[in-house]
Amino acid sequence: MYTAIVFLPLLGFLIVGSLGRSLGPRQSEIVTTGLLVVSAVLSWIAFIHVGLGTAPASTPVLGEWINSGGLKIDWALRIDTLTVVMLVVVTSVSCLVHVYSIGYMHEDPSRSRFFAYLSLFTFAMLMLVTADNLVQMFFGWEGVGLASYLLIGFWYEKPSACAAAIKAFVVNRVGDFGFALGIFLVFALTGSVAFDTIFAAAPGLANKPIHIFGLNADAMTITCLLLFMGAMGKSAQFLLHTWLPDAMEGPTPVSALIHAATMVTAGVFMVARLSPLFEQAPAALTFVTIVGATTAFFAATVGLVQNDIKRVIAYSTCSQLGYMFVALGVGGYSLGIFHLFTHAFFKALLFLGAGSVIHAMHHEQDMRKMGGLRKDIPFTFWMMTIGTLALTGFPLTAGYFSKDAIIEAAYASGLHSGAGVYALLLLTIAAGFTSFYSWRLVFMTFYGERHVAHDEHGHANDDHSHGHDHAPHESPTVMLIPLGLLACGALFAGLAFASSFIGHGADEFWKKSIYSGPDNHILHAMHEIPHAVGFVPFIMMTGGFLLALYVYVLAPGTAKRIADSNPLLYKFLLNKWYFDELYDLIFVRPAFWLGRLFWKGGDGRIIDGLGPDGISARVIDVTNRVVRLQTGYVYHYAFAMLIGVAALISWYLVGGVR
Amino acid sequence: MNVAAVFFYLFSAIMIASAFMVIAARNPVHSVLFLILAFVNASGLFLLMGAEFLAMILVVVYVGAVAVLFLFVVMMLDVDFAELKQGFLQYLPIGSVIGIVVAIELLLVMLGFTQSDAALGAGASPIQANMSNTEALGLVLYTKYVYLFQASGLVLLTAMIGAIVLTLRHKPDVKRQVIADQNARTRADAIEIKKAPSRAGV
Amino acid sequence: MQIGLTHYLSVAAILFTLGVLGIILNRKNIIIILMSVELILLSVNINLVTFSTFLGDLTGQVFSLFILTVAAAEAAIGLAILVTYYRNRGSIAVEDINMMKG
Repeated sequence: MYTAIVFLPLLGFLIVGSLGRSLGPRQSEIVTTGLLVVSAVLSWIAFIHVGLGTAPASTPVLGEWINSGGLKIDWALRIDTLTVVMLVVVTSVSCLVHVYSIGYMHEDPSRSRFFAYLSLFTFAMLMLVTADNLVQMFFGWEGVGLASYLLIGFWYEKPSACAAAIKAFVVNRVGDFGFALGIFLVFALTGSVAFDTIFAAAPGLANKPIHIFGLNADAMTITCLLLFMGAMGKSAQFLLHTWLPDAMEGPTPVSALIHAATMVTAGVFMVARLSPLFEQAPAALTFVTIVGATTAFFAATVGLVQNDIKRVIAYSTCSQLGYMFVALGVGGYSLGIFHLFTHAFFKALLFLGAGSVIHAMHHEQDMRKMGGLRKDIPFTFWMMTIGTLALTGFPLTAGYFSKDAIIEAAYASGLHSGAGVYALLLLTIAAGFTSFYSWRLVFMTFYGERHVAHDEHGHANDDHSHGHDHAPHESPTVMLIPLGLLACGALFAGLAFASSFIGHGADEFWKKSIYSGPDNHILHAMHEIPHAVGFVPFIMMTGGFLLALYVYVLAPGTAKRIADSNPLLYKFLLNKWYFDELYDLIFVRPAFWLGRLFWKGGDGRIIDGLGPDGISARVIDVTNRVVRLQTGYVYHYAFAMLIGVAALISWYLVGGVR
Repeated sequence: MNVAAVFFYLFSAIMIASAFMVIAARNPVHSVLFLILAFVNASGLFLLMGAEFLAMILVVVYVGAVAVLFLFVVMMLDVDFAELKQGFLQYLPIGSVIGIVVAIELLLVMLGFTQSDAALGAGASPIQANMSNTEALGLVLYTKYVYLFQASGLVLLTAMIGAIVLTLRHKPDVKRQVIADQNARTRADAIEIKKAPSRAGV
Repeated sequence: MQIGLTHYLSVAAILFTLGVLGIILNRKNIIIILMSVELILLSVNINLVTFSTFLGDLTGQVFSLFILTVAAAEAAIGLAILVTYYRNRGSIAVEDINMMKG
């Protein structure tokens, strides 16, 4: 069964990828979506058996991959609670995105390619979460990176899409480099890359030093930091985050699937999966906490002023990922995974809802041109509102259980570590910001005046009418069903699963899939904090909501006034803290300079210059000089003859006739 | 210092000087005149050596025909006084070096050889002592070297035909006789009989 | 002093050199070249007659006669060519005769 879950999407990709053109787009949609639905249903069955039930964890081995000296790697599927949680998340969201795309991509000519790529991505992600060793996980890691590149650059005629795809791939590559180094180090320390072996060896490696570059460093810390670098790249954490907003160039279903629910959560999953290793490296965990908290805060500040509807949600994703990493960093692995679980629902809901808005606005994404859509697309409006409530942590929604739990855990950790206090502060402020910008999105899109009249194109020259009127209309049912299903999840997943994930049933639920060190009592300490602290997130949420209400609905124009009176701050936030410009200066330009140096200077001047070009130029030089002998004057030629005669005579005179 | 030596040096000096002036004179007509002077002096040298036929032939043919031809051409073509151009100096060093090298080599060869006594009189056509140079030449030329003599005649013929072919041009509006057409004229082309009644006229 | 072989030969050598220099250092017109060729031929003639005299052999003088003939023919043809060239090109200055320039 598990093999089927993982390989049905691959089958879909292979069929549609190779036969898509002859099958036709309708058939491609049906094939891939059908296979995904089967996979999702099987995942839920597995979840109920292994997670909620008592079926034991298993590791079906599929075959041998590499067997070279001390390196032995098998293709194997590791099935335990953590895996089935991720299986459910990945397949459910992927299945709903497939269904949604049938409607959203209806007018696109390359639909089969799109569905093939979606299935390819799903397969790679499933390989990632079911991996039994680091190299197989890396295979899935790279696979999702590839699928992300293909999907971001799906509309490849757009140069901005191609550039965004390359940016995503390259920035991910930086993280992958760290990840690969981490894998090598693990192999060097333990002699294997299989999880069972590594996890068994981990406690013995605690506090062991290694010599690197003449320095003594703690082996596990370095390993975990390197592995976390991979997570930073894939999950768009601070410093390696620049690719995520640009990834919005892809179609909205892609953003929902990859950049909200699944690929970006691969980093979180990886840290949770490698919890036995991370528990032996507290310094690395502190780093994780700090990076996560910084990301949460940073992304929230930037999200405050963005004008593209998808970018706001992208920064929100970035921020929530920071939350998940804080949870992991303070030792609450199950907290992080729970937030991942709930976040997948409401973030995918928000993205698909945004897609519905964009569809209604005929592919207009700038929120400043929207407004008053509440009456035109009411179902979408309610779905987005539910998603926003869940995101901001309205009581009893899914986000309430997971997000607030993280803040509580941060507080509990802060009682005995500075990193925890730092995290607590930033997360709380970020919660307020989150509420503000989420409600800002809702208000700007659905309330207020329509900023662009639908006959803006002009009455007279109306020859680019689409055949239907310009007024926004609700999306087709095939797009609304996934929204509804996700809304159910956003509302009730928290209630239903909180006790299993992080509550009293956590130990029976997780069994051995997540490891907590002997000093890790965070789940208990979390419940022993003062009640007042538990209310702080609620206060931040309400504050954000009221502020957004005032600025955007009750007193419109306030936003503009605030922006105009603080132009520097506004510009700073709008330009994402100028990170793109900074990276361009530090990395991109030197890289181009270096490339140009080797190309023009090395290859062009030296190799070509000494080789073909140089030789041909010298030949031309020499011939130009030789040509001057052909003056056309007879007496010059006679002179040449005379010189020859004189030379001959001198030769014989001096040398003697032989 | 006997008379022969004096004349030798005289003739040689003037010949060499005039040869130099041939190439150095600015006026081309002067160049030709100096060439004539060089030929005359060479003829004098030949006389000194006892080849009087050749000396006279030199004057008649070279001076009388070739040099005059040069003069005709120089005066026919619009050859102007030539200024000493800048380019002259560019080649002077290398040219004079080569020339001096050649001259030195020639002198080396000449001063370094010896003549054996057996060579004297061992030639193909020894000089008869009891006749004039002209007679002696005639005796040899029409017997032993008659083929070459005829060949040189042919060479002259070729040169003459070549010169005419190259330079003859027909002025377009000059009437010329075409003998072949004249000879090919028949009575029918030439005469037309018109019967004119008496006292009426044509 | 006795005028010997070498005296005449030296004179011929100098004449030869002058003729060659005339070809090379000529900057004026083509006629100078033709006259220099005549000088060269003259020097060869002197050489031949000298050897004829001092070896007692008439072959030298006969040969010199032929050279004279050929020289005259060559001068005639050369001047004819020059005249034709002048008629077609309009100039016989050496700088202008470089149609064979590569």
